[in-house]
Amino acid sequence: MTDATPARGGKRPAKGLKDILNSESFRSAIYQIALGAAVVLLGLYLYQNVVENLQRQNIATGFGFLGEVSQFQIGERLIEYSPRDTYGRALIVGLLNTLTVSAAGIVVATVIGFSVGIARVSSNWLLQRIALGYVEIVRNIPVILQVIFWAAVIRNLPAPRNAVELFGLGFISNRGLAFAVPVADPAHLWMGLALLAGIVLTVIGTRLARRHREKTGRYVDMLWPGLGMIFGLPLLVWLLSGAPHVIDFPERQGFSFSGGATISPEFVALMLGISLYSSGFIAEIVRAGIQATPKGQVEAARSISLRPRFILRYVVLPQALRVIVPPLTSQYVSLSKNSSIAVVVGYPDLVNIGNTVMNQTGQAVEAIAVMMLVYLIISLVTSTLMNIYNRLVAIKER
Amino acid sequence: MAATSRTTTYDPDARMAPGPWLKRNLFNSVGQTALTIVTALILLRCLWALLGWGVFNAVWYTTDPDVCRAATGACWAVIVEKHRPMLFGLYPYDEHWRLALMMAIYLATVVLSLWPRCWNLRLLVPLWIVAALSIGILMFGGVFGLRFVPTADWGGLPLTMLLFTGTVLIGMPVAVLLALGRRAPLPVARGVSVVFIEALRGVPLITILFVAVNVFPLFLPAGMEVNRLLRITVGIAIFFACYQAEVIRGGLQAIPRGQYEAAASINLGYWQTTRHIILPQALRICLPAITNHIIAAMKNTSFVIIIGLFDILTATTAVMQDPLWRSFYVEAYLFVAGVYLFFGYALSVYARQLEKWIAEGRI
Repeated sequence: MTDATPARGGKRPAKGLKDILNSESFRSAIYQIALGAAVVLLGLYLYQNVVENLQRQNIATGFGFLGEVSQFQIGERLIEYSPRDTYGRALIVGLLNTLTVSAAGIVVATVIGFSVGIARVSSNWLLQRIALGYVEIVRNIPVILQVIFWAAVIRNLPAPRNAVELFGLGFISNRGLAFAVPVADPAHLWMGLALLAGIVLTVIGTRLARRHREKTGRYVDMLWPGLGMIFGLPLLVWLLSGAPHVIDFPERQGFSFSGGATISPEFVALMLGISLYSSGFIAEIVRAGIQATPKGQVEAARSISLRPRFILRYVVLPQALRVIVPPLTSQYVSLSKNSSIAVVVGYPDLVNIGNTVMNQTGQAVEAIAVMMLVYLIISLVTSTLMNIYNRLVAIKER
Repeated sequence: MAATSRTTTYDPDARMAPGPWLKRNLFNSVGQTALTIVTALILLRCLWALLGWGVFNAVWYTTDPDVCRAATGACWAVIVEKHRPMLFGLYPYDEHWRLALMMAIYLATVVLSLWPRCWNLRLLVPLWIVAALSIGILMFGGVFGLRFVPTADWGGLPLTMLLFTGTVLIGMPVAVLLALGRRAPLPVARGVSVVFIEALRGVPLITILFVAVNVFPLFLPAGMEVNRLLRITVGIAIFFACYQAEVIRGGLQAIPRGQYEAAASINLGYWQTTRHIILPQALRICLPAITNHIIAAMKNTSFVIIIGLFDILTATTAVMQDPLWRSFYVEAYLFVAGVYLFFGYALSVYARQLEKWIAEGRI
């Protein structure tokens, strides 16, 4: 803690008892002991009350309930789950759903937020104003209202029988989104590995190119070789494995769809609501970041005829990212915390399932503690990563 | 977040004639011109469709939902028809005038207290006491022949207003204390504040509402009860305070060391220094961020839908269950969004005015 207010008063050698009693350090020790004791006593008092109340109401304590059978079904899940599974597993299903919707929301919010943020600093006045209007609207309407609104919109879409078709690739209906996916093939795994290998090779290549440049002063362009490796290798693997191209199209069947992949209406509503809301904040963060680089620097870079790509890479981005990344991550964290309103549309996220567990077992303290702990861990991990990043990109004064 | 930074750079746009301005900002190259024309066409098309839907083809007044169904435009009649349950929630229908009067008193009080000419404790204290008493009497009833209405039946916009006011009135002092605690020379106070602030900022508001509703009663000794609405308000207020405390801490950090030393040199104690030297400057410095969080607090009151409090959003959602009018949800939600946008906009306009007054040295 280095952020304390400057200490007051000079040091005087203590002489008698009166001097000690009146000295600043003695008094501050007394205040602190009193404060600490008050906090501890309050905690003990509350704890005792909780224990007594729970005993009186015959509610079990402890986390034993996590091992009990849950007896409720969950509509959406990434891992195997049935009502015969435990509360603990139900909560894990919820946690995975929270992470899924947050990740999807972060991607959508980032794409929209960056586009709108760039439009905010466009030299075209009209585009700038439209972007401003968008930002002011989405971030000043409560996120819950937006989620409820999208849920209502989806609920009022046509039924699967009259679903809106999307270029033959999928359907939008009140059952959510159904779309075509390639049929699983062993080649997909190898393609994924090839993509990973391409990325790793590009990173290594860029490092080598930089070392070469620093040693000899000659520049090796890694843009096209890099892109070639990242996209070419998976393509090569795909071709080598006989180009599997069976695609699973969704088809209307009664009141829903069969085949393809589907995204539930609850997921779409929640994801749209929280990501549009956050996109407004992200747009403003991006705008501030872009404006953080003084115009003169870009002009100076241009005057030494640096290529536009390098101006972006070595002049604008390093300064912009230093401004953008910290608030952007906190926006991501707040987006994932906003996903906790899933219960208003019935998406089974951690808080929604935690709520059900709480109502079934009556163990409110433990259920809420689990929810809080999970979010706390997410926040702490993010802020730790953020601090590491900050240390890496901080202006190095030599 | 909402405040745009004041720039002092020279703005060439400010003194340009319309012709050059248009050329510079809309038509300065072929690409720009094409972009402008395409954007303008799309915008006009959207605006035209919106006007057609919202104004020309809209149904403004009818009590028959079938008239609305026959129309191609918006059905604003749903708001005319349902405005009372939307605005006042579950409150007994015959007593709605009490809520209308309450809102008038509330708004008048707030407007008066935001006006710098009225910033005088001898005026504001009696004003707030009278306002609080009359609002309490109107809302609760039970005296002067008014029917008693328990807090569980309160709802709609008045509830949103009460939640918001409670959040700010309880939250701001707590925020100042937490911020001071985090910067206090006493390590224990610092530790307690840091843990409290960081723990609460790390969890979603909903979990705090769950604590207020489900866990807090367990903290109290048997037989003691705290009103549910009050618990929820305090929950939102403490959550608000943790964010606000970080903002105020930023303001405190911006105070130069010399201010503390100057205060110490004229022998002011900690509280005197804080009260007369530090806080007035710190709060002025971070005013834009403070108002942003206050506006956010207004939006956050809508989270109470999850624990079943009937604020304006919950009331509207409930009204929209009516099968006759259900299909006109867009209009109803637009109305609610408009209410939030209006109050948010009013607050931000006031905040900008306040910043101007501060810059001019008037307050």
